[in-house]
Amino acid sequence: MSDVDPDLIKAVAPFLWNGLLTSFGLLLLAMAGGGLLGTVLAVMRIAGPRPVAGLAAGYVNGLRSVPLIMVIFWFYLLVPLVIGRPIGAFTSALVAFVIFEAAYYAEIIRAGIQSVPKQQLAAALASGLGPLQAYRFVILPQAVRKMLPILLSQSIALFQDTSLVYVVGLHDFMTAVSVTANREGHLVGFYLFAVAVYFALCFVASQSIQLLNRQSVSP
Amino acid sequence: MTYRWDWSVLVSEPYLGWLLTGLGWTLLVAGAAWVLALAVGVTVGVLRTLPNRAARTFGTAYVETFRNVPLLLQLFVWYFVLPELLPAPVGNWIKRDLPLPEYWTAVIGLGLFTAARVAEQTRAGIQAIGRGQAMAAAASGMTLAQSYRYILLPIAARNVLPPLTSEFLNVVKNSSLALTIGLLELTGQSRQIESATFHGIEAFTAATLTYVVLTTVVIVALRAVERLVAIPGLMARA
Repeated sequence: MSDVDPDLIKAVAPFLWNGLLTSFGLLLLAMAGGGLLGTVLAVMRIAGPRPVAGLAAGYVNGLRSVPLIMVIFWFYLLVPLVIGRPIGAFTSALVAFVIFEAAYYAEIIRAGIQSVPKQQLAAALASGLGPLQAYRFVILPQAVRKMLPILLSQSIALFQDTSLVYVVGLHDFMTAVSVTANREGHLVGFYLFAVAVYFALCFVASQSIQLLNRQSVSP
Repeated sequence: MTYRWDWSVLVSEPYLGWLLTGLGWTLLVAGAAWVLALAVGVTVGVLRTLPNRAARTFGTAYVETFRNVPLLLQLFVWYFVLPELLPAPVGNWIKRDLPLPEYWTAVIGLGLFTAARVAEQTRAGIQAIGRGQAMAAAASGMTLAQSYRYILLPIAARNVLPPLTSEFLNVVKNSSLALTIGLLELTGQSRQIESATFHGIEAFTAATLTYVVLTTVVIVALRAVERLVAIPGLMARA
């Protein structure tokens, strides 16, 4: 394996660090946006009238049958067309991730809510709680406990997926590593470094989720 | 910005040919990667349920390694890093003489990545059976191998059919990553048409609809298989 000299590391570190920050920025904004839109879609599917539920189901199933790279290409093309002026790769990639991840979050949230037995809602209503109170105090606390580990696992998958912005040349961590590796002619060293970084981050995150999972199991 | 529509670009040569070639590569990559993923994934999944501690540790290490690194990076490692790390004659053979290097890299990268996910489904499918069946098999004089062959795996296979369906769909979708190492499958070809003609919306629509049709066909076909192999009375399934 080729040795990477310390001067080189010092020279490229800020570029790679900015890439990592871009990856985390995409992750957090896509989690927030995707989670919000996903919740709306899940509620539409569970509580909405038939056409509304059908619309949400069509959205979820449609998005889930298309590769993420395809979605990234779509919004890279469409966002500037729609708003009528060129816009950075970050914004169009973020829109793609929010739209795409919402479909996956929606299914997890829906499954979580539906995993709470129906009698819980009936009992809550019978004991005098309003529908909103029943959801707030009885259904959601149980549903969140069940879906939280899966939502977090999905977010680890999302973090790994942010590397796909490589296809539109946005400098996330993966792309920054790739650009540096090619410029410096150290493909082996830099790619193995990226493997170590991604593995460390994702492994620690997934182990923490497992720990949380064991603690939050209802007695 | 104004957009000039021209749907006829999709049926004119050479662009129709590009799309069909792309579809062909998507199916070839996904098909071969799926075979590899099933073979490796089921093996690793079974290893994780065995009484032998070393086997379980190996299985866990495999799954954690392949699950915690992005697929794109895994492809780059197989494509750019592995030939450099292997002994020179092997590395040189891969770089110079291996026919279709992008194709085989995509198949191996996608196959081994998906195997980790298949392994998790296999393990869950076996563990969902419960200890009773394994104990009964042992009590009736079966060896460990026989209890897997005749009792556990046939039941587990039915348990894992629905989750494996979605893993197969993931393989089809993830085969699009092959474009990053220069194999222009369906997504890559539609992008190519966009660059050549500036008719991106038409090209992306064609590719997107093709994926939707592929997905639907797979779901319908595998639901039929599920019904065909269901054990009456064992698994309540509509």
